[in-house]
Amino acid sequence: MQALTFKRGVHPPDGKALSAEQPIKVILPKENSELFFPMSQHIGAPCEPLVAIGDYVKVGQKIAESPAFMSSPIFSSISGEVVDIRPMLVPGGNMVKSIVIKNDAKMVEVEGLNQTHDYTQMSNEEILNCIKNAGVVGLGGAGFPTHVKLNPPKDQKIDYILINAAECEPYLTCDYRLMLEEPERIVKGLQIMLKLHPDAKGVIGIEMNKPKAIETMTKACEGISNITVQPLVTKFPQGSEKHLIYSITKREVKSGALPASAGCIVDNVDTVVAIERALFRGRPLMRRIMTITGGAVKNPGNYKIRIGMTMRDIVEQIGGFKEENPPAKLIAGGPMMGPTLFTLDVATVKTSSGLLCFTAEEAFIPEERNCIRCAKCVDHCPMGLMPFMLNQFAIRGDGENFVKHHGLDCIECGSCSFECPAKRQLAQSIRATKKIEAGKKAAAAAKARAEAEAAKAKS
Amino acid sequence: MKMDKFIVSGTPHVRSKDSIQGIMRDVLIGLTPAALMGIYVFGLNALVIMVLSIASAMFFEYLYQKLMKKPITVTDLSAAVTGLLLAMNMPASAPYWMPIVGSAFAIIIAKQLFGGLGQNFINPALAARAFLLASYPTAMTTWPAPTGVDAVTVATPLALLKAGEITTATSGDMMNALVGTVGGCIGETSAIALIIGGVYLIVRHVISWRIPVVYIATVFILTALIGRNGVRIPQYEIFVGGLMLGAFFMATDYASSPVTPLGQIIMALGCGLLTTLIRIFGGYPEGVSYSILIMNLCVPLIDRFTEPKIFGALEVKKS
Repeated sequence: MQALTFKRGVHPPDGKALSAEQPIKVILPKENSELFFPMSQHIGAPCEPLVAIGDYVKVGQKIAESPAFMSSPIFSSISGEVVDIRPMLVPGGNMVKSIVIKNDAKMVEVEGLNQTHDYTQMSNEEILNCIKNAGVVGLGGAGFPTHVKLNPPKDQKIDYILINAAECEPYLTCDYRLMLEEPERIVKGLQIMLKLHPDAKGVIGIEMNKPKAIETMTKACEGISNITVQPLVTKFPQGSEKHLIYSITKREVKSGALPASAGCIVDNVDTVVAIERALFRGRPLMRRIMTITGGAVKNPGNYKIRIGMTMRDIVEQIGGFKEENPPAKLIAGGPMMGPTLFTLDVATVKTSSGLLCFTAEEAFIPEERNCIRCAKCVDHCPMGLMPFMLNQFAIRGDGENFVKHHGLDCIECGSCSFECPAKRQLAQSIRATKKIEAGKKAAAAAKARAEAEAAKAKS
Repeated sequence: MKMDKFIVSGTPHVRSKDSIQGIMRDVLIGLTPAALMGIYVFGLNALVIMVLSIASAMFFEYLYQKLMKKPITVTDLSAAVTGLLLAMNMPASAPYWMPIVGSAFAIIIAKQLFGGLGQNFINPALAARAFLLASYPTAMTTWPAPTGVDAVTVATPLALLKAGEITTATSGDMMNALVGTVGGCIGETSAIALIIGGVYLIVRHVISWRIPVVYIATVFILTALIGRNGVRIPQYEIFVGGLMLGAFFMATDYASSPVTPLGQIIMALGCGLLTTLIRIFGGYPEGVSYSILIMNLCVPLIDRFTEPKIFGALEVKKS
């Protein structure tokens, strides 16, 4: 089958060889280690704790939830005592109120776990509820609650359910290992999603640099008429939702719209496995697969971790850093879009897909030079923006022109900074200005709403 | 909170190997075949002019940055490119002070006064050439004969075309134009060497095909359509004069050419149109430099009106 792709984009060195051939290893938290469960792990309303200090909690017990629709409950991944509820650092850099549980290493499971559901006999609502009550969110990056994504507005007909297995971020190999090791679970999970949207086609998009994964998944899909495997050209950001949709369906998601508006639902492979676990095995989201890699790690590989472990615990358990080449930079996720960490004392959350530990050499930041207008950023921007110009607006603080020239449509993929021969921090300046302008926009909208309500109240 | 000593920075954390220096080095490599042909055709004087021009361009950049207390960026090689391009746009018989004066004008007035690298709105080498041509017209338009020909000076093919002394392009004429054994500037005569260098730059993704291909094609088509009093030999006209040098190496100057794909095509069309009009109807036999300089001035306007449609653009209905 011909490999599909999108326009523009970049080809960063992929760095996957470090960990690609390492089978997924399960690591369990040590006895008496503390696990942290932040109340806000992704997009959506923050949760409120259901437990108090001193309570004994079991594996799989719901420890926090929110009544809001756009939210997802949180489950304990271990058994032990709740020792504190206090702010803890999460990968994005925020301090978030977290439940702290001291692991007793007994792994006592809560009653009612491991109940299998026969999804073919369930209504759509029951399936969605089951997914919501298992705390499933998008495990690829943003952590969009999966039950919300699978339940788009009624007027938006879903034609495609796309499984994002592009894994275009360099260094990360967790999705790749999952496809090699648990292909039938991915297929089963996708079948559950297709039950919700019976007219949709299931397509698993995999980049061409993973031929073994394409082969394994094709084999696993044999004989299933509504699921196909689609090879994709190896190019960053192939795994960006909008670009994956374009590559496979040639549909463009309009500026500011969600994939459902283009008749598509996109989910990461690990998310699909989480759906499968929720229905077939009655287990909520408590573990995820993480790639721990980079030149400073002794044993780079793919690890099935318990969500809530700190990065420090995980690194210690897998053998630590190289003494002769210690890490100079820590990145939560991939090197193109992952935020840096200033300490290892960070809680893992549902969306933690990787920890990248760069040596001083790998972490080298080149000096910024004058823009030479070479247009490489324009030629490579997957959104068709003019990054060098947005960079100028950002530096000048010209928010009006920034918005006029579509600065808010930037997906922050970093392709521009990657390509820039003058080594300018294009993506960084655009992201900062985006935050300022998006804030202004939200404030203006809130003000308009308040004024409209005030006017209504008067009349 | 415990802070470890880790580097914190914005994304992305990996960068391509491209650098300004690498790009400029590629441009120098791309110019090398034509420069070597210039030495071969016009003798060692051509080499002296080139060395003087490069050295003085780099010196003036250093001097300016030193005096203005700016970071010294001579090692990025952009001044070397400007110097070499200027030399290649001069006759080999030029007096030795001329490339030095030209380089000073190019680097200080056309480039640094406007903010340095990437900020110049016109091509510095061409600006300096225009300055020299206006100031010292005789020295800049006296063409030494290719070595081995028994004449002190010759007329350029374009001058001969203008005078109506060439009406057909024999295979010998074509050969001379391709190899470069005709009168002209040091670096402009050997079409084949310039094409090799230009293709190298396109293959290395330093320049896009758009400007050179559209520029040359426009000159070819317009020359064929308009003709010179019935003489229509576009296959000859595109290989003579400064067109190849201009199309591959001058009109593609990053700072003074459009960044948008459509804009690059518009710039090339404009250059082609102006070059043809100046060559056929103008007072000068050659119009490549002026047409590029004029189009340089249009670049901000072109960029403004050719901004690409973004991915997922909302359709705006124009009433």
